Amino acid sequence: MRNEKTTEEVALGIRRRVFEHSMRNNGGYLSQACSAGEQLAWLYNEELKLGAPTLPMIPKPFEGVPSPSNPDYHTGAGYNGPATPEFDRLFIAPAHYALVAYATLIETGRMAPEGLEMFNKDGSSVEMIGAEHSPGMEVHNGTLGIGLSTGAGLAYGRRLRGEPGRTWVFMSDGEVQEGQTWEAVQAASHHGIDNLFAIMDVNDQQCDGAMSSVMEVGDIRSKFLNFGAACIEIDGHDVNAMRDAVQEKHDGKPLVILARTNPFHSMSILEERFPRLHYVRFKSEDERSRMNSSIAKDLGVEPIDYTH
Amino acid sequence: MVEMVSRPYASAFEKFAAGNSDILCMSADLTSSCEIDGFRDRHPEQFMSLGMAEQNMLSFAGGLGLAGFRPFIHTFGVFMYRRPYDQLMASIAYPRRKVRLMGFLPGVTTPGGMTHQSIEDISVMRSIPNMTILETGDATEVESICEAADSIDGPVWCRVLRGSVPRLFETPIKVGEMRELSTGDDILVVTSGICTEEAMRARSALANAGLSIRHLHLHTIKPFDSKALLDHIGSVKHGVVTLENHVTEGGIGSLVAETMADAGVGKRLVRLGLNDTYAHGGSRPYLMRYYGLDALAMVRGIEDLMGQEFGISEENLDSARVEDVHSLVKAEAL
Repeated sequence: MRNEKTTEEVALGIRRRVFEHSMRNNGGYLSQACSAGEQLAWLYNEELKLGAPTLPMIPKPFEGVPSPSNPDYHTGAGYNGPATPEFDRLFIAPAHYALVAYATLIETGRMAPEGLEMFNKDGSSVEMIGAEHSPGMEVHNGTLGIGLSTGAGLAYGRRLRGEPGRTWVFMSDGEVQEGQTWEAVQAASHHGIDNLFAIMDVNDQQCDGAMSSVMEVGDIRSKFLNFGAACIEIDGHDVNAMRDAVQEKHDGKPLVILARTNPFHSMSILEERFPRLHYVRFKSEDERSRMNSSIAKDLGVEPIDYTH
Repeated sequence: MVEMVSRPYASAFEKFAAGNSDILCMSADLTSSCEIDGFRDRHPEQFMSLGMAEQNMLSFAGGLGLAGFRPFIHTFGVFMYRRPYDQLMASIAYPRRKVRLMGFLPGVTTPGGMTHQSIEDISVMRSIPNMTILETGDATEVESICEAADSIDGPVWCRVLRGSVPRLFETPIKVGEMRELSTGDDILVVTSGICTEEAMRARSALANAGLSIRHLHLHTIKPFDSKALLDHIGSVKHGVVTLENHVTEGGIGSLVAETMADAGVGKRLVRLGLNDTYAHGGSRPYLMRYYGLDALAMVRGIEDLMGQEFGISEENLDSARVEDVHSLVKAEAL
């Protein structure tokens, strides 16, 4: 299938959609779109081998949680295509990146633009913190640190079944503060789970601010290597670097790509809010207005008319 | 004399799982302590060591469940839920993965003290949606726990006995049912796990004192057949005594209390078990006596319910098994 857009165009589209949405809704996960735009664009536009979506382009309302009395229950993984042996699977481990992930689905033709209008609306499956029934999601990852373990388990199981498809986990660097991340890496290494891939948005940010001020984590790449993964560190806004990184041989080891990113890449005015970038809610009409015109200029679009 | 069965889980699990490639045996560094060392040695292709890393193990098992496997996780019960509770919820319980959580050393069946004693696990598991709870009370139930657990479309929490285990029953666990061990009409006694044998030890002395005891043993704690229990409660004159290897809050005592309250049953209920306390380390008989979990505690509970004493002392009770803290059937005392 020929991609109609370049990955750079998809990344820009993701940022535009997150920007528009955040302006209209007086806040959003703007910084995550800045840091992760290229990574999710690259995964969906180039790297992941995914089949056509199996769920409707306009997401259905919330249809209940898994229970014995809910036989029609399904996850949102169908937006990534069928879970058949040949295809890749992707977990979005930091589920608060959901807004960015939904924008990615739209930009890559997997969800209708109207889907984003359902974001964080009561009764919608397009949840603010991506749930397992949300578009593009397959498991719950709202609690940080569980994504890589689940991915390792799925990857190991798929290897036992002889499935060629890979298991990918999109991660955030704050997750390295959780001990479970390191448990997962040592297990994946010990059991030679090399059909497991992770790309981590290393933006040095977490909820309370800069990671260096909240909990210094040191040299992440050395840690991954010491725990037994193959690990490459790249510029997370350089798509060519991603293309090269994934070629790294990692026989018998999971591959972790550390994508160093700028949390206000392409939205320079967000630096005013540093180091509190986790969720940007505008503090005043003046700030909202200035952000609107500044980010629109950076992205090459018209400011958003958010007054109605 | 009660037949004692050595390491019933070891042979039962191997017989059940060997050759079924959808079953994976997972261990967190307590392989011989959970009686799966033989399985590991003879069926390495179905065995996975996950190390002392329970948080990862639970989410990993969730991932395997997503891939269509039915992992049986083995560790001490307490290590399976206290530290990785969040992982248990997000990776296993919520999505209804077919993960079978085989929790060894329930309650005070370990000399390991507070860190090794899962004394509130039933309370925790009962409050988790989608979770099934089974508990073994004898060797036959240990031998049938794998089939019983694997018949469930969703996650299952199992309290598993190990080492030298008495055979009290002849029929396997039937999920959702309860065992009626005696059919008296004065008092209903409801027990589970190792406490059932204790209540059985007290029955003849109670009969000699003129009391007619109806005795139920619960191996399925969730889902629970409330109607069957209410029928039994309706068949006795004086009330109900429960005895469990667990805190009285949230365990089978609470289960019976809730069932009675929901139905507006006005009979008396005496709940015996760990009474809002942790335990410490020691042999099982010592701990069961010290914390009031044994046959004599059952007698005293019945006296409390009846408001009279029956003059029953230790000598009147059927003999207790004395189990060595160190024995050949246990990898270590823990």
